[in-house]
Amino acid sequence: MKRILSGNEAIARGAWEAGVYVAAAYPGTPSTEILEEFSRFPGVYCEWSSNEKVALDVAVGAALAGRRAMAAMKHVGVNVAADSLFYASYTGSEGGLVLVSADDPAMHSSQNEQDNRRYASFARVPCLDPSDSQECKDFCIAAFNLSEQFDTPVLLRTTTRINHSSTPVELGERGEVRPARKKFPRNAAKYVMVPANARGRHPVVEERVERLREWVETSPLNRIEWRDREVGIITAGVAYQYAREVFPTASILKLGVVFPLPAALIRRFAAGVARLVVLEELDPVIEEGVRLLGLPCEGKSIFPLIGELDPAVVRRAGATAGLPVDRPPVPRPSIPLPELPGRPPVLCPGCSHRGVFQLLAKKRVAVSGDIGCYTLGFLPPLSALHFCGCMGASIAVAHGAAQAGLGERVVAVLGDSTFYHTGLPALVNVAYNKANILLIILDNRTTAMTGHQANPGTGVTLQNQPTDVVELEPLVRALGIKHVATVGAYDVKEIERAYRELMATNEPAVMIARQPCVLLPESRRQWVPLEVLENCNGCGVCFRIGCPAILKSDEIDPVNNKPLALIDKDLCTGCEICTQICPHDAITTRDQMRLLEDSDHSSCALMPPGGAQ
Amino acid sequence: MSTPALAVNFVLTGVGGQGTLLASNILADVALAASLDVKKSEVHGMAQRGGSVISHVRWHPEAVYSPIVGVGEADILLAFEKLEALRYAHYLRPGGTAVVNDMSIVPITVSAGGAVYPGDEYLAPAFAALGTTVLTVPGERLAQEAGNVKAANVVLLGALSRVLPLPEEVWWTCLEQRVPQKFLELNRQAFAAGRAAVEQRPS
Ligand SMILES: Cc1ncc(C[n+]2csc(CCOP(=O)(O)OP(=O)(O)O)c2C)c(N)n1
Repeated sequence: MKRILSGNEAIARGAWEAGVYVAAAYPGTPSTEILEEFSRFPGVYCEWSSNEKVALDVAVGAALAGRRAMAAMKHVGVNVAADSLFYASYTGSEGGLVLVSADDPAMHSSQNEQDNRRYASFARVPCLDPSDSQECKDFCIAAFNLSEQFDTPVLLRTTTRINHSSTPVELGERGEVRPARKKFPRNAAKYVMVPANARGRHPVVEERVERLREWVETSPLNRIEWRDREVGIITAGVAYQYAREVFPTASILKLGVVFPLPAALIRRFAAGVARLVVLEELDPVIEEGVRLLGLPCEGKSIFPLIGELDPAVVRRAGATAGLPVDRPPVPRPSIPLPELPGRPPVLCPGCSHRGVFQLLAKKRVAVSGDIGCYTLGFLPPLSALHFCGCMGASIAVAHGAAQAGLGERVVAVLGDSTFYHTGLPALVNVAYNKANILLIILDNRTTAMTGHQANPGTGVTLQNQPTDVVELEPLVRALGIKHVATVGAYDVKEIERAYRELMATNEPAVMIARQPCVLLPESRRQWVPLEVLENCNGCGVCFRIGCPAILKSDEIDPVNNKPLALIDKDLCTGCEICTQICPHDAITTRDQMRLLEDSDHSSCALMPPGGAQ
Repeated sequence: MSTPALAVNFVLTGVGGQGTLLASNILADVALAASLDVKKSEVHGMAQRGGSVISHVRWHPEAVYSPIVGVGEADILLAFEKLEALRYAHYLRPGGTAVVNDMSIVPITVSAGGAVYPGDEYLAPAFAALGTTVLTVPGERLAQEAGNVKAANVVLLGALSRVLPLPEEVWWTCLEQRVPQKFLELNRQAFAAGRAAVEQRPS
């Protein structure tokens, strides 16, 4: 039976068919749906781990217990997990172990572009690079077999266009699921990586790479497609699809295994074509490998190193280099248009982060931010976040600035999921080394940015089992923070009061601003759109909080000569941040709207709170 | 060009939350039902949260390779919002068709910043300059008339179905499988209204 599956669905399916029992991940675009999908299969254990390193260690543990186990993460997640990847390469495991890395060329949803094929040669583990959903499934199964055959973790590396493209897949059955071992393996020379043992393992690892080099020469995951011999293209991953599309007459060496490279196969291919070209997205990984074989080739001299490829990009570059393209590239047409307004992602209407950011903007304080929905607080009109590096960096960066003697106190801001992810050790450090910073944890009780995954503060697991919430307040206190205040994240006055109080302490302090994400089902049920009242005079204060539901109306205030505010009732959720900051009491409260609903809407002339002024 | 009638490249655009994903899923289902090869590609994550979204669907009687459509290579642009129609207009090839929802969603850069939302007067000349046809469909209005404004994406699919050489039945079977039972009638009417909106156009 064929079904259209995304690459992520196909990887989950492949893991299931391969008999995987344990899968662990931390969410991250474009990898998130792998575990979401895997959790729907019967007879599996899977979890959102608190971060990627934890996820990989969990998978290693499961593989030591003899099960087939998988960890999945986005490219930068592998940076977090890298320490574990390197030891796992040395130890190997009892059951098959596969690490899925989802790279994000063009940074659709990431802070940097990186080519994780590099990790394979770095950590000395084989790397498979699928080019559609069918291969995602097939390569996932192959990866587990390879892992057990060579006692090595295997890197299954994908890119956004593979993870998030859907193509037909032939479904199979669940394979054998090996039971867990009775006992934890006791084999110090293999599993206890102290220097003496690790020195014994490094040669084993290098010898394993040599055996993999032999294996890869005949692996069916690589293949030559002979066509015209004038041009031969070596390619892998999604770039293979662009090669087929744009260079239909060229011979192709399609690599499914990108580390180690099949030297003899590449030599044979090179010898069979007049002009050798490597087409790959991001880094010249294959190209460098081919050059190391002493074979002259072209690659990044033709195709871009940065960003995503697509057929038009490949066609243009190929045509310029005189390669046999399917048709001439079309120049980008000129269209008679003014400059179009951007439509960046924004904090949603009713976002529980807005209350804190409107205050930070008002205070003009320096804010060391982090990664999550709240990063969008950097955008105008709020412009209230001044640094964002990688997950968990907010706290220690603020800490470092403080210890350096910076002339202003820095506020660090991160989300609940990010706090559990890598915020914890950084906050321990703040308490221990006494950095004078204020940390605000924006606790929306979910991992919102990546699509509302559960986290230790949510109370349910990935497999929908109830679990105990790891409460933030006792946790933060236990880490050694003495000044802790919790506020409702929609309560503008409360936020400001707590902010004043905590800033006055001049000691490490934490504010927890709590309000479940407005997009969660329970929150949606409570949406009540608000309205602008007649006493709006167009002062524009509400425009400064960057709420997409607040529009400029066509009506102009005769005195101010400025547009009045207008609330889009299809977007407004009734968070009342604007109600609270309006200096003229010109925006309704939720209670007023409910009263309005009860009485006849049209006949009720609404009064601002406190009566007419 | 000698491309078969059912080798079609679609680009779908809109604003996060408008239902472009459902529409591209149905386009993929329709292709499978019509025994075509198909690939579909979209970007999740940061693209949501009210940002502009784009997804690609490609049909071919034999084999689709690239999952995405290059600039200047789309046969059809299905736009759920007018500004997004203009933003991705250059994806259309000369001779292609834009099916555009008559809907404006003002971005924050306009409502809270100095940017200006381009008026309707730009739509026709922009697509004319590309040598393409533009069909404007009042998606929200027709969906409202059918019973729920949220069915605007299905109205648009109905309109789109008129410009493709496949029997209406194929579309309908695929739609049926994607929408909840209790909204079937609503969606049937929304789809029919979309089809009619294109049929009634003077050619
Ligand atoms: C190492 C790493 N893992 C995963 C991600 C993807 N990611 C970006 S933000 C985010 C979660 C943010 O959740 P939270 O901190 O609760 O903030 P929210 O989005 O809910 O506001 C994740 C998982 C990443 N950027 N880096």
